[in-house]
Amino acid sequence: MVTEVKNKLNVEVNGIEIGCGTESRVLDAIRAAGFDVPTLCYDERIGPQGTCRMCLVDVEVDGQKQQVAACTAFSSEAMKVETHSDSITEYRKTILELLLSETASPANCPKCLSFKKCELHTAAEEYGAKWDAFPSLVVREKAVDDNPFIQRDYDYCISCFRCTNVCNDWEQAAAITVEGRGQENSIASYFNNKLLDSPCTFCGQCINTCPTGALTDKKITGKTKADNIERTKTVCPYCGVGCGIHLLTEDGKLKGTEPDFSAPSRGSLCVKGQFASWEFVKSEERLKYPLIKENGAFRRASWDEALDLITERFTSFRDEDGPDSLVCWSSARSVTEANYLMQKFARIGIGTNNIDNCSRT
Amino acid sequence: MAVMVGKGAMTNSIEELAGTDLLLVAGSNTTEAHPVISLRMKRAVRNGAKLIVIDPRKTELTKWATRHLRIKIGTDIPLFNALAHVMIKEDLIDRDYVDNRTEGFDELAKHIELYTPDLAAEICGIPAEEIIATAREYAAANGKAAICYTLGITEHSCGSHNVQSVANLGMLGGNFGKPNAGVNPLRGQNNVQGASDSGALPTDLPGYQKIERPGVREKFEKAWNAELPKRRGITKITAMDQMLRGRVKGVYIMGENTVVSDPNTNHAQAALEATEFIVVQDIFMTDTAKLADVVLPAATFAESDGTFANSERRVQRVRPAIKPVGESRTDVNILLDLMARFNIDQNLQSASDAWDEMRQLSPLFGGISYERLDNEGGIQWPCPTEDHPGTQYLHKDEMDSGLPGYFAPVDHIPPAEQTDSEYPLVLTTGRRRSTYHTGTQTGRASGFELLVPSELAEINSYDAEQLELKDGQTVTVSSRRGSVEVPIKITDRSPHGTIFMSFAFPELTQTNRLTSDAYDFITETPEFKACAVRIDKIESSTTAT
Repeated sequence: MVTEVKNKLNVEVNGIEIGCGTESRVLDAIRAAGFDVPTLCYDERIGPQGTCRMCLVDVEVDGQKQQVAACTAFSSEAMKVETHSDSITEYRKTILELLLSETASPANCPKCLSFKKCELHTAAEEYGAKWDAFPSLVVREKAVDDNPFIQRDYDYCISCFRCTNVCNDWEQAAAITVEGRGQENSIASYFNNKLLDSPCTFCGQCINTCPTGALTDKKITGKTKADNIERTKTVCPYCGVGCGIHLLTEDGKLKGTEPDFSAPSRGSLCVKGQFASWEFVKSEERLKYPLIKENGAFRRASWDEALDLITERFTSFRDEDGPDSLVCWSSARSVTEANYLMQKFARIGIGTNNIDNCSRT
Repeated sequence: MAVMVGKGAMTNSIEELAGTDLLLVAGSNTTEAHPVISLRMKRAVRNGAKLIVIDPRKTELTKWATRHLRIKIGTDIPLFNALAHVMIKEDLIDRDYVDNRTEGFDELAKHIELYTPDLAAEICGIPAEEIIATAREYAAANGKAAICYTLGITEHSCGSHNVQSVANLGMLGGNFGKPNAGVNPLRGQNNVQGASDSGALPTDLPGYQKIERPGVREKFEKAWNAELPKRRGITKITAMDQMLRGRVKGVYIMGENTVVSDPNTNHAQAALEATEFIVVQDIFMTDTAKLADVVLPAATFAESDGTFANSERRVQRVRPAIKPVGESRTDVNILLDLMARFNIDQNLQSASDAWDEMRQLSPLFGGISYERLDNEGGIQWPCPTEDHPGTQYLHKDEMDSGLPGYFAPVDHIPPAEQTDSEYPLVLTTGRRRSTYHTGTQTGRASGFELLVPSELAEINSYDAEQLELKDGQTVTVSSRRGSVEVPIKITDRSPHGTIFMSFAFPELTQTNRLTSDAYDFITETPEFKACAVRIDKIESSTTAT
C-alpha cells in the first residue's frame, strides 16, 4: 500500500502489452493484464513459495523459450508470457489430478459445502481434473482436536504449507509446523497436542489462507450452504485497528465472519474479529423493545411512549433547571454519524456543551 | 499532544510501523490490546529494527524486544526527560529540525538539566546505562524511529504530561512529519477516533473546531439555523461529581457501560443513582442500563450504516448485514426521531445525510464521501477536498497546527495514590486479547470461556511467597474504595509489588470497584494504571488446608 509502482518494464501477456515495475514478478504482470493462473501455494503476504507448480507459464525472452513459475520469476523487458498453452493446460490438469488423489472426495469438501468453492476444487473444475484419475496412495488423517474454533480436516490437505507459513511469517505465532518428509508429511501442532495447548492465538489466519477444505471455521462449517451465503463488507467492531471483515449471512440471518483481504489490514484479524464479532448480535439477551421503569421495575413500552417521555422530562429540566443540568454521553462503539447527531442534539436540542464520549475510559 | 503539534491522533500509519528502524513502545501491551498492530511491530523486528519496550510488566512483546525497560509504574516523565537529557547533552538531537520546526528548545534544555540518567534511574528503577543506551539508539535511528503508546501512558493522573514528555522526545529526534516515524497513540475502542472527530466533546465542535475560537460557533449557528451555547461543557468525570452534588438532573448515555468501565464503581453507581432521570441506549441490559428510567434498544454494528474512524485516522464504511433485531433501531434513527421531537429543523434522513452535513462543516473530512469510501476503501484524514488522496502521515512540511511544535517542560508527578503499610501493593489494570472491555460482547461468543475462563489477578512469585499464596487460590483484593474476590495467577510477568487485572468479567469480579478516581487534570482521563491495594486470604479456604 505504501509502495509506489513505477511502470518501467514492458511485458506482453497473451498478446496484451502491459507496463509493470522492475521488481514485479511474472504473476503480477499476468494479473495486471487481466488474466489469472491457479496459485495454490501463494499468499501475497508471505511471498512466493514456488512449490505447487500450478502457476507454471511459458515465457519467451530474447527468443529463448522456457517455462517458469509465475509467482517466483521476475518480469523482464520485452518478456512474452503465454498463460494457457495446450501443453501447460494439460500439465496443470495432471498436477491437479495428482493433488486430488491425495484428498478425500470433493463432494464432501467442508469449505465448498459451507463457505464457497475452495481454490483447489475451483481449479479442478476449470481444468476438468478428475478426483479418481490416479489411485489414492496417501490420504492424511483428520486431526483430533476438540477446540471450538478451527476444524482440521487434513484429509483435504495438499501440503501447500500456506497455513504454517502464515502462522510463522505473518501471524508470527509459530503454533503449527510441518512434520515428516515427502509423502509422509503432515501439519502438526506442538508435540501434536491440541491447539488450545499450543501458542495458537486463534487468529484464524490459517483457515483463511487454506486453499482447500482442510482448515475451516468450526462455528460455521456444516451449518450453512455455500450457495446461499451473502457477504457484507464492513469493519470489525472491536479495537481501534479497524480490520476489514465480511459478515456472512444466509436467508437474512447472521452466520459468521471472514476477513476482508482488500482492506488496509490485508486480511489480518485476531481471535475477537474472527470468532467473536457476530454471535453477540444474535444473543437472546439483546434488548428488543423500549423499556420504561415504573415503581422500580421495567415494563415494555412503545417507541413513541419512550421518546415522548424523554422529550417531556428533558425539556422540563432544560426549561426549569437550565440546559446545563443535562448531560449527554456519546459512544466510541457507535458509528461517527450517531456521535455527530448526539452532539448536535445536545447543543441545539438541549442547548448545552455537556457532551462527552467514552474515549477516556 | 494536541497543544504541542496540532491533533491528538496517530501521526503515522499502521503499515508504516513494519518499515521503521526503531520502535519505542511505551505503556502498550500491543499483542493483547491491538494484536494486528503487533504483527507489524514483529515484522519490523524481523526486518532488523530495534524494539524498545517500556513497561513494568513482562508481556509477549517484551520477548520480541531488543531492550525492555522495566519501569516502575507512574514514572514515565523522569524517564522521558532523562532520555531527552542524554540526547541534548551528547548532542544527538536533530539540530536542523529543532531550529526550523520547533519552539521552546532552550527552556526545555534548561528544564531537563536536572533529569540526569542517575536521577531517573533512582526514580524509575532502570539502570542509568540502559537509559543512556536507549537515548543513543533512538537518536541513531535518525528520523526513522516510531514511538507508540497507549493507556499505560495516558491512564495516569499525569497522563497529559506523560504524553508531552514523549512528544518532546519525538521532536528532538526530528520524528514528526516523516514516514515510518512519528508519535503514535494507539486508540482503544473501534471508534474512539470517530467519536472525537464528530465533536462529541465538551470543548470541540465537529472536526476539532474549538467552540471558544472566534467565528467557529457562528459558522455552526448559521449551518444549523440555531443558537449554540457559548460556555464549554463538562467532561464525564466532572459530570459525575456534579451528579453527586445534585446539579445534574438528567443524563443520556449511548452505548456505554459506565458502571463497569469507569473507575471506582461505587462512585459511578452513586453518581447515577443521584441523578433524577437516566436514559440508556444500548444493545444489552448492562449494569448501567439497570439504573435507567428509560432503556432504548439499539442496533449493533452489524445492523447499522455509517463509518468508523480507526487509530490511523482512516474513515471506513460500516454496512448493515441484517435488519435490526426485534424493535431495536439504529443509533442514527433513534436520534433523528428524538431530534424531530425537539423541533430541530434539519433535513437529515440517514447516516449518509448526517455524514455529508458533518463533512461540509469540517475541512478535515471535507473530501471523504461515501461514494469514495465505497470505491476506494478507507481514507485517512485530513482530506479537505474530493480530489485529495488523504493523508498517510501528519506534519509533513509543517506541524498540523500550522505553528511550530512547542516543547513542553514537564515534571514528575507520582501516582495520586501511593502504597503504604495497609495497602502495600500496586494494582494496574489492562486488556487481554480474547476479552474485550467489559465483556458484554466477547462474553457471548462461544468457546471464549476456554481461552480466559475468568478474571485472574497476576502476581509476582516473590509477593506470592511473602503472602503464602498458592497458584489459583482465590483471595480478596481490597483498595480504599472496595474489594473483590479473585483467583490469583503466579507469574513473573508482574513485577515485584504489582498485581495486574482486566475488567472483562463483571458478573464475578468488578475490578473497577478497586480503581482510583484520581484523574488527569487536563484531559480528565482516569488513573486506571495505578492504585494501592492489599491482598487477604479468604478464611474458609485457608482453614480447609
